Amino acid sequence: MAALLQHPCYEEERLRRVADKLPCREVQAGTLLSVMGGPEQHSFPSIFIYGHRASGKSHVIHMLLRELELPHATVSCVECVSVALLFEQVLLSLFGCDAASLLPRSPSLSDFVRIYRQQCSHSPAVQTRYIVMEKAELLRDMDANLLPALLRLQELVQDNVTVILLSEIVWDKFRPNTGCFEPLQLHFPDYSKGELQQILAQDSHPSYSAELYSSYINILLGVFYSVCRDLRELRHLAALNFSKFCEPLEEGKVKESDTHKLWRNIEPHLKKAMQTVYLREVSSVQWEQLQQMEEKDTGAVRGLSAHAHVELPYYSKFLLIAAYLASYNPARTDKRFFVKHHGKVRKTNFLKKHEKTSNHLLGPKPFPLDRLLAIFYSVVDSRVAPTASIFSQISSLVTLQLLAQVGHDDQIDAPKYKCAVSLDFIRAISRTVNFDIVKYLYDFL
Amino acid sequence: MSTSSVSKGCFVFKPSAKKKKRTLDVGDYFIDGCEGSGNSELRFKLCQSLWDKMKTETEVLQDELNRKILDRLLEFAGRPSSTFQHGADDWAARMRASEIPTAALVLGVNVPDHDMTFQSLSDLLRQSVTPHVASVQAKECGALKHLMQRVLERLMGTVVSVDEEEEGDEEAEHASTQLHNKRVHCSLGTLCDWYKSKTKRSNNGTPNKKRSSHVRDEQPQPPVVIIFKDLEAFNPRVLQDFILICSRYVEHLPLMFIFGIATSPSTIQHILPHSVSSLLCIELFQSLSCTQHLSTVIDKLILTPQFPFKLSGKVLQVLVGIFLYHDFSVRNFIKGLQLSLLEHFHSQPLSVLCCRKKEALANVLQLSHQDLESVRQLPSFRRYVERQEPQEQVNLLTDDTHIKGVCQKLIKGLRKYHKNFYPILRCLHTLTSSLPKYPLGKQIRELYILCLEKNVWENEEYQSAMQLLRMLARDELVASLQTCAEILKPVKAKKMRNVLDQLEDLLVSGETAANGEEITSPEKGLQKKTDLFQLQKTLLEMKESRRSKKMSPFEILRNEAVDFIDSLVRCYLAPPESQPLNEVCYYSSSAVVRRHLNATPRTSIQTALTAACSTCCATGGISNAAPDICIVHKLHLECGRLINLYDWLEGGHLEIEYVQTTCARKMPDDDNAVFIAVSELEFLGFIKSTKQKTDHVARLTWGGC
Repeated sequence: MAALLQHPCYEEERLRRVADKLPCREVQAGTLLSVMGGPEQHSFPSIFIYGHRASGKSHVIHMLLRELELPHATVSCVECVSVALLFEQVLLSLFGCDAASLLPRSPSLSDFVRIYRQQCSHSPAVQTRYIVMEKAELLRDMDANLLPALLRLQELVQDNVTVILLSEIVWDKFRPNTGCFEPLQLHFPDYSKGELQQILAQDSHPSYSAELYSSYINILLGVFYSVCRDLRELRHLAALNFSKFCEPLEEGKVKESDTHKLWRNIEPHLKKAMQTVYLREVSSVQWEQLQQMEEKDTGAVRGLSAHAHVELPYYSKFLLIAAYLASYNPARTDKRFFVKHHGKVRKTNFLKKHEKTSNHLLGPKPFPLDRLLAIFYSVVDSRVAPTASIFSQISSLVTLQLLAQVGHDDQIDAPKYKCAVSLDFIRAISRTVNFDIVKYLYDFL
Repeated sequence: MSTSSVSKGCFVFKPSAKKKKRTLDVGDYFIDGCEGSGNSELRFKLCQSLWDKMKTETEVLQDELNRKILDRLLEFAGRPSSTFQHGADDWAARMRASEIPTAALVLGVNVPDHDMTFQSLSDLLRQSVTPHVASVQAKECGALKHLMQRVLERLMGTVVSVDEEEEGDEEAEHASTQLHNKRVHCSLGTLCDWYKSKTKRSNNGTPNKKRSSHVRDEQPQPPVVIIFKDLEAFNPRVLQDFILICSRYVEHLPLMFIFGIATSPSTIQHILPHSVSSLLCIELFQSLSCTQHLSTVIDKLILTPQFPFKLSGKVLQVLVGIFLYHDFSVRNFIKGLQLSLLEHFHSQPLSVLCCRKKEALANVLQLSHQDLESVRQLPSFRRYVERQEPQEQVNLLTDDTHIKGVCQKLIKGLRKYHKNFYPILRCLHTLTSSLPKYPLGKQIRELYILCLEKNVWENEEYQSAMQLLRMLARDELVASLQTCAEILKPVKAKKMRNVLDQLEDLLVSGETAANGEEITSPEKGLQKKTDLFQLQKTLLEMKESRRSKKMSPFEILRNEAVDFIDSLVRCYLAPPESQPLNEVCYYSSSAVVRRHLNATPRTSIQTALTAACSTCCATGGISNAAPDICIVHKLHLECGRLINLYDWLEGGHLEIEYVQTTCARKMPDDDNAVFIAVSELEFLGFIKSTKQKTDHVARLTWGGC
């Protein structure tokens, strides 16, 4: 295995140590190492590494850079609310805080390059400097010149520097339309089930045997592998549920070798975990408390989505119902639904068969304010004065995200809205005011 | 300023010291527009003291209601964060992903009330858990950097006011005169360093004390709490990024979030994707529902003889209606109460008597002749007078000293009426609130409004409730009578003492009756198989026999009890209108309250425009005051959705010409007048320019003549 991680410039022993810390990523690490070359050799200007969450991208890079003691700067792009922060962090970790303080207020890219070169002339690179950008997809939202410049930073600053971009999405989505230098691309595939097993089994509990833990991981993967391949999440789940797994052992009911009984004990528990704690319906602290509480009052803690009920003022309910009707009914049907003596509409004519694609499949449509109010006044059972608070309720429904305001022009005169609640929600609401909404929906005629 | 000088010239006026000093305060505004200004200052004082009392009462109430959830939240915040405090030796802690503890605080849709809760929450947190509390609102955090900036400002700025330049990071206009190495960046790294220095300093500052008190946990680490007041309104991207950043620092910084949620906790899942919500350890906290909150407020502020100020049924209905139909906001309800209190003292000269008994009795003696005249004009007092003997009537209407004495008596009577009214109201409510279909309302406020409107015992619902009470099972009846006794116990009024004694007698005899009661089983005769006809016959017979059967002792007692309750209701729950001088305490102009709290701007504009128009149409000639906009508005009502400006203009010309011929009104420039009116109409939001057709404007309202 260690054969994959070989380089004439580094000692074998050191490389072996690195390889031990990178289980199941030897191939990728080997490729990286060969691209990077020896510490003094010039490296490729920019490397782009992509792969799903928790597939070991940052881990491999950091292990290599740290263990081989190479000069590097790591920046998480999500943290850089401005480019100034990004530049400062790079300069800070490559040249120390003196260099970082040279940056002017709201620096431009050329400021950064100038200072970099200036610093570089003081302390020219002995070894390749690495700049690691995590979550590089966010670079696309920053200045347009930043990404192309970073890709050929080596040329710009005339220094032995390599920029490594880490991202969860493929390079095709990055390429600016003005064209740029193509970085070297490296893919980190997902861990396979076997690999996950191998990695997870490494951190066994100190007071239990490694075999037991390995069999536990096996059971865990059997349940969770189909929904989750995120190593971080799996490790978290393993830690949360291990005490339950060990319960029969502690009580002395089962021996360590009796895997079947242990499986029988833990499997329903894990299935429940998949529906609750994995979805964060129940927080992990609550989950642990639940485990200690025993079966009898597990119903006490309900998940987040169990509390879907929303209490609204009376007219807000009707406004929401009116908004729902306006969103999901075609405007030409309003007359039929809301005008008392709408004349005879022939049913066949009214229901044009060919256009009877469900509006619920198409999603809500925008409607103007006056249509909303017209429907509101006809569905609400009493006479309502158009008071200021009716209008303010509409805007508070927007802030509660039950309605959504659409369009940017003409916000004052003729605002348009969409209803952003589900059918189940609106049915629950209309039940509380004794309004049979299904009768008024064009889709359910 | 005027002088008595005849000639023109400059005069020096020394500013009088008194006038300069006096700035208009609330009291002056109150007194200025007051009716019957003789005692306005006194009324203002009374009003203020009464309001202060009510306010403190509500504050105490608020604290009590929130105490439970705030205590739980404090306990949550005080709990050592699992990822931060555990050492590396703990296997489970090492293995677990580091999550940020998060409290999802569901507060309900009454957003205006939340501020108070958050204020007391952050105060309590600062007092007992941690000095580091920052609360942010969505509207001040449009972008990630603003959110960061606010959080850093509030966390660090409250303690160190030295580094103010950190906010100037993105404001390039600021001259960059500061030393560069002093600049603080808007990043969590900065916060992290600040936190470290902070905790270290506090540890070094009092080493001896700290060491002695914290022997076991070597470093007290107060959490850094960030409160997101309105989660729904936050931009999801900003929130996600912020959480991602925070999770990178959670090992160094014991962060904690509190999300204020108005709708339902599942919004968290709507806003945050799984990859982000998996970084949080969310625990749910549900606050008291606002309707419960309202009932407590009504209970403590209105259904009590403690405060002399009362609302009439209509006003209370308006306030409750605004709450239930429009906003669910208890704060607004209390504001409405305050408004009616102010209006009452402002508009009713006799409100000087609306205060505590002693003061009221003293104030009666201070009443001027004018005040007494207005007393005589009170409808309730006139009704009272009519009931008196003729001689007494004359006395009341002419003798000022006599009427003062009578007023004192009546004020005392009114106080007694209130003292008896509320306990009996509560008793009636406990008895009827458990009946099927709630004939007299589920909430006590509904029953209260009923009692305020008219004689409650004349209601059909009341009759049916009494009938239902006569059918109540023994244990239910006894239980509710016992609660009634509980309600009456703390009341000190003499009459209520008597009532309590009678009630207890009833209860005791109820016990004995229950023991002596024989158990009858009417089903006995039905056991053997019968055909339908025979069954009918036996049932009829049984009915007959039951009717003729003597009532059991319990039934007699039950009737007695219900009759007793009925007599109490008739005696004590008369509506306040029947009480003389009730106008002193009851505020009844619901229209004013409605106009102030639930304004209808659109209707007002509409009526302003059409009313002016209708006067001109009716009289045949437009009065000079009727502005052009009315004419234009009237014409526009006759149009469809799109209005041709040219036609409109023509119509305007005709109309205006007509106007000019009839009342010779001067029109400088007709076209201009119409165009100005049209643009005024656009400003008012009736029309807008459109690109659909040239020379057309679109109507924004519908309907018309």
